[in-house]
Amino acid sequence: MTAVAWIDAALRASRPQAIGALLRYFRDLDQAEEAFQEACLRALKNWPVNGPPRDPTAWLILVGRNFGLDHVRRQSKSQALPADEVISDLGDAETDLAERLDDSHYRDDVLRLLFICCHPDLPATQQIALALRIVSGLTLKEIARAFLVSEAAMEQRITRAKSRVSKADVPFEMPGAAERAERVGAVAAMIYLLFNEGYSASGGTVHVRVHLCEEAIRLARLLLRLFPSEPEIMGLAALLLLQHARAPARLDADGNVILLQDQDRALWNREIIAEGLALVDKALRHRRPGPYQVQAAIAGVHAHAARAEDTDWSEIDQLYATLERLQPSPVVTLNRAVAVSKVQGPAAALAMIENLAAPLAGYFHFYGLKGALLKQLGRTDEARVFFDRAIALANTAAEAAHIRLHLDHLINESEPAHDVHAAR
Amino acid sequence: MLYAILCYHDEAVVGSWSKEEDDAVLARRDVVTQKLAAQGRLGPVARLMPTTAATTVRSGRESLVIDGPFAETKEQLLGFYVVDCTSLEDAIETARELKGGESGGAFEIRPLRLFKPGSRAT
Repeated sequence: MTAVAWIDAALRASRPQAIGALLRYFRDLDQAEEAFQEACLRALKNWPVNGPPRDPTAWLILVGRNFGLDHVRRQSKSQALPADEVISDLGDAETDLAERLDDSHYRDDVLRLLFICCHPDLPATQQIALALRIVSGLTLKEIARAFLVSEAAMEQRITRAKSRVSKADVPFEMPGAAERAERVGAVAAMIYLLFNEGYSASGGTVHVRVHLCEEAIRLARLLLRLFPSEPEIMGLAALLLLQHARAPARLDADGNVILLQDQDRALWNREIIAEGLALVDKALRHRRPGPYQVQAAIAGVHAHAARAEDTDWSEIDQLYATLERLQPSPVVTLNRAVAVSKVQGPAAALAMIENLAAPLAGYFHFYGLKGALLKQLGRTDEARVFFDRAIALANTAAEAAHIRLHLDHLINESEPAHDVHAAR
Repeated sequence: MLYAILCYHDEAVVGSWSKEEDDAVLARRDVVTQKLAAQGRLGPVARLMPTTAATTVRSGRESLVIDGPFAETKEQLLGFYVVDCTSLEDAIETARELKGGESGGAFEIRPLRLFKPGSRAT
């Protein structure tokens, strides 16, 4: 790896921690970002010449902080601070700061930064955009492309989000245990949303936006490093890893959805699956089950099956029953119905989703699954009605194309039935 | 003498490598390990999962199981090589070769006291 690539990786890796600490000094997102930008520019000039500092994050924070203070001092016409060339030789200053970073401050810095980005006052799309901009350091252009809006629109969205959180006034003192748990929960939810955004796009033609998924996994790992004993965070990281491991098999060359049962499992990333399963194992030891852990366990059951027909559907059914108890939701019941259809047959599954028509009236997968179950029961005319509704609700071209395939099968009457939801 | 070459790096940085960068590092290391293997000097090689997947057992009055790595450090043990070398100089040279021009991180060389190749298939 070249020195430039390494510096790039080090700057990316340091970003959440450095911006978090600078935010603590300046109490202003824009100022913290500007100071970090400046520190990065100086690192790019300084590191190739003087070699990388022992603690890149501490260096960036120190230089960024001095830049900010310098800025203020220059305005008040007092003496400037020493140049960075001098700073990087001041081993003591770096050690001091590094020590301060190792205490709990640092954990709360990063948590605060993440929490500010996913502040409950912000709509989900703004939370994700802000986190991608501030924490991940994606460019406006990259984020705009991911959300299929213009750069100007994305800039406006992020500016609006920033002004909203600055008014929201997130406290800077150390959060108490209850407050911290609440923040961790909100951050986990935002990371989960970010992953879903990448996993199944809410619009446009690119069905899987790998970059967003990878970024979500990076943030989940970061959160887990901050809270290494939280089983739900282990569950979250495991869930994202296990889902992401299937990405290479989820779409065919033309971008069409390939159902879980039809995927070439040799394409699944075994290395990522192993890490996900290890995290599920670790989480279960705590005997404090939660929704992320259960969802990860479900993904784990699929990962364990060498062939689709080896899938332990009754285990999945039971796990969904647990999830229904922990987090009752019509979407969970809908997913459970897929497992029930495998264990008890389509009639039982159909009965199970009978009452979901109202709460899931606008939900693509409801119509897809109901159509598929009706098709399995030979009720083809009814099935066609539900597939038509599903197409109307499809978010992406790939989803629509997939349902059209079902309709083609109905016309041909020769192909075996598929359930739509297993594609997830 | 057998030496373990232990690879330490900041896993947040390694985690920020793109797949292409990661593959490039592995490919470069492969060149070295293949040479060592051809010379009959290469023992087991392992790459560890991130420390987030680690669990630590500490012995006290009763053994305590802790989530996470053994030590909270800036740089984590990410993997290791076992190589047969004629001298420390030779081991240092091998470690240098494995590390290539790569920036950041550190390779620790530890002489082996006991070596059991194990019996696991593959």
